[in-house]
Amino acid sequence: MSALGVLLRATDVTRRFGGLVAVDRVSLELQRGTVHAVIGTNGAGKSTLINILSGELPASGGSVQLRGTDITRWTQARRARAGVGRSYQRTTIYPTFTVLENCRLAAQARHQRPWAWWADASACAVSVPAARDVAARAGLADVLDRPAGTLSHGQRRQLEIAMCLATAPEVLLLDEPLAGMGAEETERMLALLAELKAVHAIALVEHDMDAVFRIADRITVMVNGAVLASDTPDAVRRNPDVQAAYLGSQQ
Amino acid sequence: MFAWLVMMRSNIVSVLLGGFALALWPLATGSFGVDLVAKTMIYAIVALSLELLVGATGLVCFGQAAFFGLAGYAAVKLSPEGAAASLWWLLPVAMAVGAAYALFMGALSLRTRGVYFIMVTLAFAQMAYYVVHDTPLGGGTDGIYLYVKPVAAIGSTLLIDLDRPLALYYFVFGCLVAVFGFLALLGRSRFGRALAGIRVNEQRMRATGFSTYPYKLAAFVVSGAIAGLAGFLFAVKDGFVNPELLSWHLSGAVLIMIILGGIGHLRGAVIGAFAFALLQEFFKSETIFGGFAKHWLLGLGLAIIVSVALLPRGLIGAGSLLTHRLTRTPRVEA
Repeated sequence: MSALGVLLRATDVTRRFGGLVAVDRVSLELQRGTVHAVIGTNGAGKSTLINILSGELPASGGSVQLRGTDITRWTQARRARAGVGRSYQRTTIYPTFTVLENCRLAAQARHQRPWAWWADASACAVSVPAARDVAARAGLADVLDRPAGTLSHGQRRQLEIAMCLATAPEVLLLDEPLAGMGAEETERMLALLAELKAVHAIALVEHDMDAVFRIADRITVMVNGAVLASDTPDAVRRNPDVQAAYLGSQQ
Repeated sequence: MFAWLVMMRSNIVSVLLGGFALALWPLATGSFGVDLVAKTMIYAIVALSLELLVGATGLVCFGQAAFFGLAGYAAVKLSPEGAAASLWWLLPVAMAVGAAYALFMGALSLRTRGVYFIMVTLAFAQMAYYVVHDTPLGGGTDGIYLYVKPVAAIGSTLLIDLDRPLALYYFVFGCLVAVFGFLALLGRSRFGRALAGIRVNEQRMRATGFSTYPYKLAAFVVSGAIAGLAGFLFAVKDGFVNPELLSWHLSGAVLIMIILGGIGHLRGAVIGAFAFALLQEFFKSETIFGGFAKHWLLGLGLAIIVSVALLPRGLIGAGSLLTHRLTRTPRVEA
């Protein structure tokens, strides 16, 4: 594999909460054009890993690099502006704002200009078209004027992705984007992910194993905060350790 | 969409009507009425400055009196003795004093959250209060007088002489209109929308790429400058400042004004300031309450409790609450 395609690289990332080691020396690479799935049982440290990569939680040890630059000490906001976008497992939107405003505010992060106090944000020539574009791509073009709090669960998950895309990220850290979705919504989301894969490096934390094995190019299996295996889907499926620790219990 | 347009228009109409009423008020009343409404408009400006923090950004600040009072003191202390100061520099300097203390208070208090934040802002305001109250700098409990009020002149032409009550009234009115217009534009701007995002979901704002701390600090500084404008006007109107201008009673009263009027609306802050002044005059009136009028704080307090209990969204929400009660249609929660 060429190192050129690596956008985000985590090296020996560790996170301790008191005596508990939630993430234990995890290393992984996210390449443009690939979906890298992270799977594991509940409490395996997947969400904590996403939080560390996005800068929401500081790492206790190890380093994170973006395009070769060490970003371990960068704030979450700075990482987001540099191209690291994330979605949340529990939907975190702005429920009282319209769908369009949710997306527009996310797009505004790349065009903040807070000193222009006289300029109407809803006429912003940068953030409004960007918001309409991502809302359409996520399948929300018909509900732009609805308050986001009135959307169905599946639509909220789509909005979550749309807001993540609105910041024009190169790296997508998606925390269970399929959680609670129906079959049809799942198909639409997988189609969107397949489309996004071409120009993004995607980390996907997901419990839906069928979906993971369909879309992932690489899978990292975590157990108790540590990496048990990291390989292609076929190799992971055949890995006896993984079968014993994780997949075996389902088959 | 149509209903929204109608609502929008009725909001603009109510603001215009209120503005006209305030502009024409001096024609209908004597010097007492002019002075009372001028004072209330000054409180409305402080209430608007607090609305920017509480209503727009979600930061409950309990130290607004510090910006107000320090700017008032600055106006008096910096005026030359026996001569009129120029409004052109004294007003910006007083506002800068309010903004500077807001920068100081905000920079440190914004590192805390929730109840701690409220208490820390209160502590900073009390600090300013005791410095003014107990050091020779502030002139002690008795306060200091401003003997000659500032004037605005271009060359030798006198434009505004704040010593004349009517000139002062219309100057205060102009300031209120300017602050209202400024905050209305600010609320729609990218800056204002970012503050709203911080109020609703700060975690998401950070994840999206907004450094929220500088935004909140900027809101603090703008709020401090506006409260400073009000403090300047108050000092000039009374020709006198004392430590009570910085007391926590004033911070609390301004907080009550915006709660009374309806948090989240600029009009709510103005309506709240007027409702508060009206209630105060009502319960202080000896013609209505006789000897009980000296216990006016009790009456005022009860009236506020009743109002907040019956109108949880403030006076601004009273209209929609009433129509929905009468027509028995379910209320839409935004």
